[in-house]
Amino acid sequence: MAAITLKDIRKSYAGNEVIHGISIDIPDGEFVVIVGPSGCGKSTLLRMVAGLEEITSGTLEIGGRVVNDLEPRQRDIAMVFQNYALYPHMSVRENMAYGLKISKLPKPEIEARVARAADMLELQPYLDRKPRALSGGQRQRVAMGRALVRDPAALLLDEPLSNLDAKLRVQMRLEIKDMHLRTGQTTLYVTHDQVEAMTLADRLIVMNKGIAEQIATPLEVYERPASEFVAGFIGSPAMNILTVECRDGGALLPGGHPLALAGLPAAGQVRLGLRPEDLHPAQPGADTIPVELRSVEHLGADAFGYGTIAGSEMPLVLRLPGSTRAQRGERIDLRPDPAQIHLFDPADGRRMTARTQK
Amino acid sequence: MAEASPFAARGAGRLVAHFWMILGVIVVAFPVYYVFIASTHTTQTILRPPLPLLPGPEAVRNYQDAFSGGISKIGGVSLWRLLANTTIVAMGIALGKIAISMASAYAIVFFRFPLRMACFWLIFITLMLPVEVRIQPTYKVMVDLGLIDTYPGLILPLIASATATLLFRQFFMTIPDELLEAARVDGAGPWRFFKDILWPLSLTNVAAIFVIQFIYGWTQYLWPLLVTNSNEMNTIVIALKKMISFADADTPWNLVMVTSVLAILPPILVVVLMQRWFVKGLVETEK
Repeated sequence: MAAITLKDIRKSYAGNEVIHGISIDIPDGEFVVIVGPSGCGKSTLLRMVAGLEEITSGTLEIGGRVVNDLEPRQRDIAMVFQNYALYPHMSVRENMAYGLKISKLPKPEIEARVARAADMLELQPYLDRKPRALSGGQRQRVAMGRALVRDPAALLLDEPLSNLDAKLRVQMRLEIKDMHLRTGQTTLYVTHDQVEAMTLADRLIVMNKGIAEQIATPLEVYERPASEFVAGFIGSPAMNILTVECRDGGALLPGGHPLALAGLPAAGQVRLGLRPEDLHPAQPGADTIPVELRSVEHLGADAFGYGTIAGSEMPLVLRLPGSTRAQRGERIDLRPDPAQIHLFDPADGRRMTARTQK
Repeated sequence: MAEASPFAARGAGRLVAHFWMILGVIVVAFPVYYVFIASTHTTQTILRPPLPLLPGPEAVRNYQDAFSGGISKIGGVSLWRLLANTTIVAMGIALGKIAISMASAYAIVFFRFPLRMACFWLIFITLMLPVEVRIQPTYKVMVDLGLIDTYPGLILPLIASATATLLFRQFFMTIPDELLEAARVDGAGPWRFFKDILWPLSLTNVAAIFVIQFIYGWTQYLWPLLVTNSNEMNTIVIALKKMISFADADTPWNLVMVTSVLAILPPILVVVLMQRWFVKGLVETEK
């Protein structure tokens, strides 16, 4: 177990930089999730930590030791791959023991460790099976087991759940969380799934195009997204982001509709972010947005409304109470919660610190 | 009639298909069968038409004669010696080819080094050159190295194989990168990865290539003919040729047939045994 420190980590392929300097201090035992759309460099970053990709510049420390130029096996890490990468010709037991065998651990010690991991992952009945005789979930567990028996300084997981069906994914997600609580291993976890990111992480690294847009706890990322990208990426349905013209005490919405709203700059254009759940149905007034509903999806507990701001083509997503009887074609009025608005600079997409925001 | 016709057609189709297949088997198998039949008759019977189609009474004596060195035509070398020579050469060629082509394919697929693709193309280009094209320089090299009439002389020039290298390359390229990476994370270096992961996964390919190359080695004619002067070093194929003289009457056809049967048997054994083995392998492993 150990802390991991990334200092301005960069990666270039043939002079073309794809990771533009990422720094983070991960204390011992923290569960950090790297999340981002495909192609954002999150897997590359993880593979650099693992030692499977060379680090072009920057320093990587694991357990206080600079490991930039060390082979994966010298870094004291274990990794779980997206397709599990189990050795097809070895039994579950051999798969888990292989790394230990190479490190020349005494046989009884290997057996004890494999037994302990198998116990924890409920794999005892399958120890003598080959991977091909296992279900997807079991293979995933073997991959976890292979990583855990090593008792590594850091556990690296590269989209470990994306090959499982939805139900298993939820179950394995809980198991991974549980496992982390029990072992307290420093963990780096890559995913494109924001539910996994939000539920598993102590801290999130939200990546986009090779930069870390925000590094913060999941709730912080949700409540105070550092950029328009983060705001749009985390949260489902995604945050509504509108370009508005600020006027004294309010804004001019697309479609020329005035809205009284506290917390906006006195003048100029801003990008206004409103989460679907922060728009509440209300009596029409100066502080409401008129919306024409195009469709309503009832999910039971709540309902998603898809509409446009009246008199414009600007789409707006709403989270309505499950009891709503609003129909498509109806017009409803919504009052944004002034405490829950997000402002972004239209020039660079960074968050603006608004006057009344917490 | 209209109702029965589909069945009738199928029945007739099956009959026709079987007729052709049986005919094909007969055409292919008859000469082999006839070699066996002839090996059980005396030379006189073989030379006097019509050809007998059933095993004759001379089987035991012919085979005894052949093994007890009754073949003066091949310089008094025993059949055992010939079979041993051929086995050594065929095994040497098959194993040598597997070792060399696996090593080159491993290097080309899993290592990054300057001129990697140039090396690959060099190997690939040699596919276009048959042994006969380079036979004179090769012979000269063997003479200079003093390898005439030796096993290395028989084996070495034939153990580089572009075909096998390409086959292994294609197979290695189907190994997922993650498997290599998982092994690296587990602490396996290049040698361990090869020994513990790649070799076990390649066994079925190795078996297939062994079968093909063993037969290739067993049936070599031109090269062994060139590189051996002493009858002691002959392979069975060469010996067969030497047993046959121009005049029919001088040729001990019965013994030639015995030798032919013995020349055919080992490759058949290899195919039958290895085939069972690699079918089993195909069922058991999965990439």
